[in-house]
Amino acid sequence: MASKSWLNFLTFLCGSAIGFVLCSQLLSILLGEQKDIQPNILHNDPHGRHSDDNGQSPLEGQMNFDADVSQHKDENTDIAEYLYQKVKILCWVMTGPQNLEKKAKHVKATWAQRCNKVLFMSSEENKDFPAVGLKTREGRDQLYWKTIKAFQYVHEHYLEDADWFMKADDDTYVILDNLRWLLSKYNPEEPIYFGRRFKPYVKQGYMSGGAGYVLSKEALKRFVNAFKTDECTHSSSIEDLALGRCMEIINVEAGDSRDTTGKETFHPFVPEHHLIKGYLPKTFWYWNYNYYPPVEGPGCCSDLAVSFHYVDPTTMYELEYLVYHLRPYGYLYRYQPALPENMLKEISQVYKHEDPKVKREPSKEKHA
Amino acid sequence: MVSATGVSFFNGMLVGSICCVFITMFGQINMRHRGRTQDHEHHHLRLPNTKDFLNISEAQRMELSKNIRIYCIILGESNDEHYWAVLKETWTKHCDKAELYNTKNDNLFNKENDKWTQMRKTYQHVFEKHGDNYSWFFLAHPTTFAVIENLKYLLFTKDASQPFYLGHIATSGDLKYVTMKGGTVLSMEALKRLNSFLNKTKKCAEQRAFWELSADMQLAVCLKYVGVLAENAEDSEGRAIFNTKPIAHLIRETMSNNRQPVVEGCCSDMAVTFSGLTPQKMTVMMYGVYRLRAFGHYFNDTLIFLPPNGSEND
Repeated sequence: MASKSWLNFLTFLCGSAIGFVLCSQLLSILLGEQKDIQPNILHNDPHGRHSDDNGQSPLEGQMNFDADVSQHKDENTDIAEYLYQKVKILCWVMTGPQNLEKKAKHVKATWAQRCNKVLFMSSEENKDFPAVGLKTREGRDQLYWKTIKAFQYVHEHYLEDADWFMKADDDTYVILDNLRWLLSKYNPEEPIYFGRRFKPYVKQGYMSGGAGYVLSKEALKRFVNAFKTDECTHSSSIEDLALGRCMEIINVEAGDSRDTTGKETFHPFVPEHHLIKGYLPKTFWYWNYNYYPPVEGPGCCSDLAVSFHYVDPTTMYELEYLVYHLRPYGYLYRYQPALPENMLKEISQVYKHEDPKVKREPSKEKHA
Repeated sequence: MVSATGVSFFNGMLVGSICCVFITMFGQINMRHRGRTQDHEHHHLRLPNTKDFLNISEAQRMELSKNIRIYCIILGESNDEHYWAVLKETWTKHCDKAELYNTKNDNLFNKENDKWTQMRKTYQHVFEKHGDNYSWFFLAHPTTFAVIENLKYLLFTKDASQPFYLGHIATSGDLKYVTMKGGTVLSMEALKRLNSFLNKTKKCAEQRAFWELSADMQLAVCLKYVGVLAENAEDSEGRAIFNTKPIAHLIRETMSNNRQPVVEGCCSDMAVTFSGLTPQKMTVMMYGVYRLRAFGHYFNDTLIFLPPNGSEND
């Protein structure tokens, strides 16, 4: 009947309208932007190792920010190049067969290229990567073994190739230029080592493993020798603590790696954890471990930071971009540190051309 | 009877849903297609060349640096006091003047105001108070981090008495507009024209289209009436300077879009904006941009910008 078909038609229209609206809502939810949810990982054990799975899908591929040289034609790297020749650093990166493609690859694509020499240390050899095989097993309890063997390997093959010997993890990001600036004041023939200094257990303190530490040539010689004479042994599997105890026994000094304003340079966490006040709860082990008074907020970290730890692959590239690429044009940075006097003299002789930056910055040292 | 009505109702729903899906898919494909071709269609603003500025003394460079004055407007709604505090404490300190318009709290807005009304009221308010004192007006979303020095460098050789409307470009049909998230730059002249147009007519004050245009599209419509067109900005490598996402997203996106083993860097050295940041990420950006750097690398920059007074995070 006419009224019935009218009614049917109306209900049809109603249905289609409702169907349309519901569908559009559903689609907008499905296609909506995903929020950036960062898992809040607090590492509860100071000697804790890394969880291999933080929920992010693995990063395929690598990124090369230096592919475009034209963006840097206004850049003067004379001093960085001078330091590269003057302060030779061999880096060895603690990694393992499972992590070569997941993590070590991104270290190799970013900061490792700035070492004078870099070696990737694994339990087994990998000729393609390439990685050195230390002939240990893998696992948390093997870390000190790997460290001892790694330093022995370096001592045997590369002792004369560098002045300083840096150990880092495959989730540590290291800024080599800043490390060279730090070490430029010291003599590699002195028995000394640098890192993020922790105070418990060892009288002179010991250096956090994850934040990375660097030994002078003399310190390396003494360390390797100590295992020949049994002054030091594989006393524990807690790598950084055991190494720190050995250093004290063999009279290698635990150096102060803070910058000239007292800000830390080696960091056991990513910048966010240090910069945000209250990020690390007051009950966290970190506050009791730090040798020097720990600071959160802008005073946590030097402008010339040397390392960060627990850096996932994406953050490796982000740090690479922030340190070496993104910059505020024309900005006069507050902190203007200088090189040691003897180096400045040498530089002005080597680079005889007028460089206002070389003249300007050594005489003024502004503090934040 | 009842079942027949029910059947027609369900038929209706089915048809409605299918129509909706088709329209959405069609829209998405259209947007993507436009997205790929848009690189060659729009105007590009390029960064100045160093050769433009040979032989200027340091004093002159400082003078020139002072001549560009940027007024920053943060417009958005926030229940989070902390977010606004972080914005005040970070990059907005580098604006010549910054004003935060919280649409939840500000007296300027009524509860029923939609985003476009909020935007135009803000622009009108800003023009009335500051239209003469600043040469450029930068509107940002609260989740945006901006490097104002790079913005000043970009605008250095541009004449603010000409109409400029810059940012991260998107297209919708015929309309080219600046997306809100990437930051919107208006020259003094563009703001003046916008303001006088809004005062004179109701033409773009109210939404008249059946499909609601977003606020940033409405702005483009209005500006088009007074002859101001949207322009993109790029560096010498053709990389975007205004970004609508955080750095980490852009890194991952560039890698997944390019299946080569080694990919070129995602982002410009002279980037001005990144968006979609949490307050924590803003704090990290502040350190990463204004402090963290590699020793021994120096730049022969033409302009000189001093750090703001009484600040310790930059």
